[in-house]
Amino acid sequence: MDFNSKLLEELVKTYGPSGNETKICNYIKGQIEKYVDEIIIDSLGNLIARKKGNGNKIMIAAHMDQIGFMITDIDDNGFLRFTNIGGVSPLVSLNQHVVFENGVLGIIAKEPVEDISKLKLSNMYIDIGVRDKNEAESLVNIGDVCVYLPHYCENENTVFTSALDDRIGCYIAIEAIKAVNNSSNDLYFVFTAQEEVGTRGAKTSAYRIEPDICISLDVTGSGDTPKAKTFAVGLNKGTAIKVKDQSILTHPKLRNIMIDIAKNNNIPYQLEVLEHGGTDSGAVHLTKEGVPSGVISIPTRYIHSTTEMVSKNDVINSLKLLIKLLEHNIEI
Amino acid sequence: MLLKKLTEASGVSGNEKEVRDIIIAEIKDHVDDLKIDKLGNIIAYKNGKPSSKKLMITAHMDEVGLMVTDIDDKGFIKFTTVGGIDKRVLVSKTVHIGDNKIPGVIGSKPIHLQKKNERNKAIDIDNLYIDIGTDTKEETSKFVKIGDYVTFDSKYIEFGDDLIKAKALDNRVGCSLLIELIKEVKDVSFYGVFTVMEEIGLRGAGPAAYYVNPDISIILEGTLCYDVPKIDSHLIPTYINKGPAISLMDRTTIFNRSLREKIVGIAIKNNIPYQYRKSSMGGNDSGNIHTKKEGSITATISVPCRNIHSPTSVMSKKDYDNTYRLLRAIIKDFEKGELVNGF
Repeated sequence: MDFNSKLLEELVKTYGPSGNETKICNYIKGQIEKYVDEIIIDSLGNLIARKKGNGNKIMIAAHMDQIGFMITDIDDNGFLRFTNIGGVSPLVSLNQHVVFENGVLGIIAKEPVEDISKLKLSNMYIDIGVRDKNEAESLVNIGDVCVYLPHYCENENTVFTSALDDRIGCYIAIEAIKAVNNSSNDLYFVFTAQEEVGTRGAKTSAYRIEPDICISLDVTGSGDTPKAKTFAVGLNKGTAIKVKDQSILTHPKLRNIMIDIAKNNNIPYQLEVLEHGGTDSGAVHLTKEGVPSGVISIPTRYIHSTTEMVSKNDVINSLKLLIKLLEHNIEI
Repeated sequence: MLLKKLTEASGVSGNEKEVRDIIIAEIKDHVDDLKIDKLGNIIAYKNGKPSSKKLMITAHMDEVGLMVTDIDDKGFIKFTTVGGIDKRVLVSKTVHIGDNKIPGVIGSKPIHLQKKNERNKAIDIDNLYIDIGTDTKEETSKFVKIGDYVTFDSKYIEFGDDLIKAKALDNRVGCSLLIELIKEVKDVSFYGVFTVMEEIGLRGAGPAAYYVNPDISIILEGTLCYDVPKIDSHLIPTYINKGPAISLMDRTTIFNRSLREKIVGIAIKNNIPYQYRKSSMGGNDSGNIHTKKEGSITATISVPCRNIHSPTSVMSKKDYDNTYRLLRAIIKDFEKGELVNGF
């Protein structure tokens, strides 16, 4: 199985912050439409693609939104003030390039602050290189949203780029849509909206689908960097099968099925017990009468920074596990 | 006057009956269906021209307040807060307790007796008490019981340049706007929903939205206003007298961009002043509405209120009137099918 660098590069370079997912949604739709039987985009902007089958209804969730910044104020000199969309660190954001949906570029800068560790977003601004408010307003409006300027770097084994959270999950879902052929399951691939602000898209799409089982695809952290907090997940050690995070204890039978499939197919895997964070399965497993849910996680360094890092082999192994799982007759 | 009657009524979260009764009396002859659901939400329906999309307009009825937790041996009343109250606003305020509105004052240690370090910080709620002028537990217990709700005692007054001071403008101002809409809009189909328990976690809105299952909702609110001098403009969430505030995002919702842009377009077309609510802090019923069932589209339109969640909230009658004008114009667009076009 080859690593499809072109697909991932296009995914991470397509604009799509929470609540403004139209561009990334259209891009993904273009990639998958000839491989699926039905496509719906719901009122929150979730992209729901079905590959029909007679068996279990399986929802596969990968969120297509990314973190970003929303403009709240434009001052007389044309400087933009902003609020965060999703979990954004002031320190990480400082001096970074940002780009708006219409292509306008800017950089994030700060007012003079005495103690940099106390830097807050409310003391920062975006400079889009204009001379005054009028010029700024001809380019951006209050309510517009920008994201870190994307870039794509890779070496033989590793990808380091922006927005891997969770375009890497989208990548795996898209590749699985193309690869899965002989599944008897009824597959609903959902590219969810607004995960970063509280798994909102997962909630409404799961309500619509009423799945029997849900698998989310998302990044998780890694404990393999210098002096990292103890966390038994690292890059190049295989796909990560989630046991728990703050939003879910994954269904034990489903988890064991995933482990057995990995073992039987020689897919390297690691078990993930995450203390912080959550993903779409957290919302889905509590929908309606409850949905047995699991998560395939991709070990990732530097999450929510401008450059996140994953191992290509971990991605390939996550994809292999997903494909085998979707072709399996899952009995919970 | 409607807003006076609404703000002077007691309706702390979970105890909205007095407000609900006023609203029902106001709207009952102007709606085609009226239902009080199990949580106490009012769900009213006006049947007019059919529309391809279901429109719901909501306002929460409840206000922040206090609740009695204990009566001590000297007859003083201890209490807790219901909803987000800044404890610094409590000291020396007059209040009404329970259904019989027993008058009381919130007391604390006088400044003469406070230690130096006590003077420098807000008095903790544990060190505040309500005095109803009784001096034994038995005597107090004749008038007050544990679990009674407490509301601020604050009259509605008009002052200055078309300003209003009252308690509970958040969100009786929304209730008042919605009542007027229900009374005056003819031949348009929409749901008017007055929710309970917003201030303690958007609780009423979920079941109401589940029942109505709207396509588009407009949430009416009284919202943060801090337009004092010498503050950077980006730290000012809204201004008095700059018109209805249209929300961008808050902790519970990223408001649908197309709907927001349509509403701004309607304001511009009709020469109605408007402003954006610049803060992303706080949340409102939209959070629970737009994620209910298969999801829906929402917008929030607010009247700016200074000193929100205090006994002395302040708003402008001009903002009220402009908010009402904007709502009428939105409903006209809805009637013509333009508002829902593309959704």
